[in-house]
Amino acid sequence: MTAGRAALLVAAGLALGFILLPLVLVSWLSFFRDEVVVFPPSGYTLRWFRAILDQRNFVDGFVTSLEVGVFAMLAGLALGVPASLCLARYRFPGRESLGLVLLTPLVVPGVVAGTAIYVFQVETEILTRLPLVASLPGLVLAHVVVTIPWTVRLVTASLVGFDRTVEEAAQNLGAGPWTTFRRVTLPLIRPGMVAAALFGFVISFGNLEMTLFLIGPGRTTLPIAILQYLEWRIDPVIAAVSLLQIVIIGAAMVATDRYVKLARVL
Amino acid sequence: MARIELEAISKRYGDVHAVRDFSLVIEHGELVVLLGPSGCGKTTTLRMIAGFVPATSGRIRLGGRDVTNMPAHRRNTGLVFQGYALFPHLTAAENIAFGLQMRKLPEPVVREKVTRALRLVRLDDLGDRLPRQLSGGQQQRVALARALVIEPDALLLDEPLSNLDAKLREEVRVEIRQLQRALGLTTVMVTHDQDEALAMADRLVVMSAGAIQQIGTQRELYEHPRNRFVAGFVGRTNFLRGLLVEPGVFRSDGGLTLRYDGRSAPAGAVAPGASPSGARRALALRPERLAIGALADSARANRVAGTVEFASYLGAIIEYYVRLSSGEILRVHAPNTGAAGDRAWALGETVHVSWPVEVGLVLEDEHQPEEDHR
Repeated sequence: MTAGRAALLVAAGLALGFILLPLVLVSWLSFFRDEVVVFPPSGYTLRWFRAILDQRNFVDGFVTSLEVGVFAMLAGLALGVPASLCLARYRFPGRESLGLVLLTPLVVPGVVAGTAIYVFQVETEILTRLPLVASLPGLVLAHVVVTIPWTVRLVTASLVGFDRTVEEAAQNLGAGPWTTFRRVTLPLIRPGMVAAALFGFVISFGNLEMTLFLIGPGRTTLPIAILQYLEWRIDPVIAAVSLLQIVIIGAAMVATDRYVKLARVL
Repeated sequence: MARIELEAISKRYGDVHAVRDFSLVIEHGELVVLLGPSGCGKTTTLRMIAGFVPATSGRIRLGGRDVTNMPAHRRNTGLVFQGYALFPHLTAAENIAFGLQMRKLPEPVVREKVTRALRLVRLDDLGDRLPRQLSGGQQQRVALARALVIEPDALLLDEPLSNLDAKLREEVRVEIRQLQRALGLTTVMVTHDQDEALAMADRLVVMSAGAIQQIGTQRELYEHPRNRFVAGFVGRTNFLRGLLVEPGVFRSDGGLTLRYDGRSAPAGAVAPGASPSGARRALALRPERLAIGALADSARANRVAGTVEFASYLGAIIEYYVRLSSGEILRVHAPNTGAAGDRAWALGETVHVSWPVEVGLVLEDEHQPEEDHR
């Protein structure tokens, strides 16, 4: 092995360690027996995982995150799939700009987006008397903004190299436009859609900064419940709940990767 | 099955005529090949028949039905795509069943027809395979079965053999042709490969620049090409450019005085006396009709001396490029008979090329850059 290669491996190892260390520490911590975090621990226990259930905030936050994640994912698909099809297949004025607009939520800082959406929802509520602020629909609407770019990206990736003559073949065999879409196009882009759904869910489930502005009393998401808990105390419960969140998100990403290689689109 | 009537169909993209004024009637059970270089409009014509490209003007009738404005999925044509376009997520059998399901046939009927179609293309055991698990030739047969099973009014083949290797191609073209005859399918095939076209067609349509150059049987196109393009595209041809001196006498730009007999010239070709003396023309000479020998053959009206500049041993024939005394080059195909008297000519050797009057065909000398491909 050459010296250059060795140096590269060391550097890569250090970088990976730097990224993984906090995750490993948090995971380790969640099994400590002591209520106050001490090194080394006096022993190990699983009771902090049980203790999560005693924290109503965590349980409610988890349920809310799940609801918001699922709805935002579905809405993201409903909007992102047709948008991707249009972008990938048709040439029309403003196509490039539309593609950019759909991806902008990726570059707007969550705090900025959160503030903007909060102000927008307040104003809308004043005008229309629709109860948006701190409501489930309000949260979902905000999260759709961040799931769309990912849906568009992942579905578009699955449309690259899509052989459109198979659609013509379907028509030639007697399938109308809708049947062609249902029997041929949809099955062929399904991997991209599944990936988009899973990843959209992950993005929504883990969102903190933007969501901070949009929750209200009695309705918080899991990341925010964790943040609020941290303001008062640090004990292994927080590590346990974090570990759970990491596992859920990690599983969803591994599943996503089976359908669309994430390294290609991230 | 039915006849296909194309009545002056045209396709314009902005100012570009992809297809211009294309009229043709394809009889019931006939196989017509559209032949031409890429970009000549042959595929566009096929796609207009299938309904994927709307005709700018003209009418299309399938079995008497006017389908000009009918969407593709209602036309009942069976198209075999160049890349086959099999549904990658469906098995071979499901691919074939697709069109039958669209016609809402009951499931047992579908199953039976699929089985029969698989047997027809000799894929009985491979119905459960996905397209990617099949070889190119097998995929091609699935595509064919899928197009045939719906009993289309017209079978349309878009370069169906271009993705197969050379040996398989010859087998498959015989197979397709036999199937087409046995089932009496009215068929339009598009290809740029003249061997394929000559081997399969009842009639050929030679196209260039969006327009029909000539319609006819293999023999008609080969023996009586209407213009330089057809003469150059169907088979190999030498062209000598020059002037008509008087009826039956041609003077090449290199200064050769050559005799020809234009009696058999078809409409469009230039008969002796039909053009004014002094008109610019091209004399077309098929390479296999020229004789090459050590001495001038006095029995033949045209005799020119030259030197062998290049020779290719092609098996059945030996191809010589002979530089004539006038500086012009003729390609000569000498049959490789294996007879004792035959000899091969070495590079640089002096030879005589000769041919009788009926070999030469005088054509308009329009500028056709495509014809020079060897």
